[in-house]
Amino acid sequence: MTAPLLEIKAVGKRFGGFVALDGIDLDVAQGERLGLIGPNGSGKSTLVNCICGTLNNETGTVRFEGRALDGLPANRRTHLGLARSFQLPRPFMSLSLADNLRIPLIYAVRRRSPLLVPPQELEARAVELLRMVGLDAKARRLPRDLTQVEMRKLELVRAMAAEPKLLIADEVMAGLSHSEIEDIIQLLLRLNAQGISIILIEHIMRAVMSFSQRIAVLVSGRKIADGKPDEVVNNPSVVSAYLGQ
Amino acid sequence: MRSWLFFCIALSIGALVFAFALFLRSDYLFFAGYVVLQFVVLATAWNILGGYCGYVNFGSAAFFAIGVYTSVALTKLGANPGRYLPEFLAGGLKSLLPLPIPALQLMAGIIAGFIGLGMGYLTLRLRGVFFAIATLAMAVVLQTLIINWDFVGGSRGAYIVRPANLALGPLTISYIEYLFLVMLLLAVIALTVARLIERSRLGYGFASIRDDELAAEACGVPTLRLKLIATTISGALMGMAGAPFPYYIGYVEPAATFGLPYAVNSIAMPMIGGTTSWPGPLLGAILLGSLQQIATVTISSAVNLLIVGVLLVGFVVIAPKGILGLIQDWRHARAKP
Repeated sequence: MTAPLLEIKAVGKRFGGFVALDGIDLDVAQGERLGLIGPNGSGKSTLVNCICGTLNNETGTVRFEGRALDGLPANRRTHLGLARSFQLPRPFMSLSLADNLRIPLIYAVRRRSPLLVPPQELEARAVELLRMVGLDAKARRLPRDLTQVEMRKLELVRAMAAEPKLLIADEVMAGLSHSEIEDIIQLLLRLNAQGISIILIEHIMRAVMSFSQRIAVLVSGRKIADGKPDEVVNNPSVVSAYLGQ
Repeated sequence: MRSWLFFCIALSIGALVFAFALFLRSDYLFFAGYVVLQFVVLATAWNILGGYCGYVNFGSAAFFAIGVYTSVALTKLGANPGRYLPEFLAGGLKSLLPLPIPALQLMAGIIAGFIGLGMGYLTLRLRGVFFAIATLAMAVVLQTLIINWDFVGGSRGAYIVRPANLALGPLTISYIEYLFLVMLLLAVIALTVARLIERSRLGYGFASIRDDELAAEACGVPTLRLKLIATTISGALMGMAGAPFPYYIGYVEPAATFGLPYAVNSIAMPMIGGTTSWPGPLLGAILLGSLQQIATVTISSAVNLLIVGVLLVGFVVIAPKGILGLIQDWRHARAKP
């Protein structure tokens, strides 16, 4: 078996006396679609922050393509091929939608290209990306003109723009309609077919079940289950964590 | 528009301004114009860090003062190199000294740039109001150092006697005209640099830092490195603005050089003009700078800061994004279907 793309070993993080993550072990294989679920406050987003360098884990290590990421700033991890969307959308408010995508394009994708990439080329790529989520008509508008749902789409497409090897989608589907959820899932599946591994963090079980090849469950900072979707949802400890005893 | 074209156009506008001022034959115009131009440079420099990156620097006066005191120190050294330097150094320097003002500016720019880099390295892990307080503290530390540095006059201050005229090639112009010209050139350079930054990948990186630093990092923007570049450029330009000042004013002392007016003006002018783009600080500096000069001769010199304060409060309430922001909002509203 080949080495996993992402290897999380005994990662722990506490905020004061609150243990947010308690020795998490989790692997993501090359090209895998992993669903990460858990009740609110179970540490899903903290785990994402530790993977992506927004927070530093206190114990354990995160390895990406066999390389330990400890202490590496978030921008370097993005350069290595990790990209994430934020749970609460954080668009660049003063930049147009196309320019929002231009940031990862020039700082993650074209990092080594000459100082000035032809602007038309960047613009075309940005519009192409926006078209994938149906926002191309608003390419020159500012994020403040978008609805909350559109902002989530922008958040996802900005992570995609960095051309990652592993994409972490943190609740990109909240508030979307059924058909929109289906669109996003199809989009993620297409990306996955291109070889991009994806971690999907979601509360919408229908989406998680249809998308994931494997599901991991976090509860109170611990991983309580990890396996095939059907097995995981029937796991008694998962059921009790979600529904109570 | 290409940057060199912009530079040429700005330069020709500068030349027209200079020709017009010469035509009016009023020394006062040069005295007042110099101060306005100095604030154009300071406001533009402040805006590179404060407007583009969103880091409010309260220590502008310190960078300005670094320029001033670099100039004082080098001038004093130049007046009598044998007294302060070992023989072998003094001999070589004698042919170079005294340095002309553009060379002093270059030196001041280098030193202020390095101090900007150092300050950035120490303080840029702080955000928002904490960064602002740290820059203010740095200004106080530097002022204390200068007060206790006897070579540049300490708290007594230092006199610089400037020549009355200067031969510039075939023609002789009065020294104040020369200083005005130097500052005009620096203003053109500062605006070109600011505009160049705005349109380059650096500008997009700065904007992403201003809007959301965490998201910028996640998009692969090396935020710390970019912020250090911003403090360095910003500090260097402020230092360059300060270098000719001792020649302009004739006597400098720490309390005035590190004074509140520089720090407040360099913040207020971009705020009033608009911080997102280079015309903002230019507009703000010309507007506020001229108003202050007019108030100084018509009402009283003490009323200066009052004008700044009242205007700043007014703009913060009515147009928080400055004059440029008002125009942009209007355009944005019109563009909407």
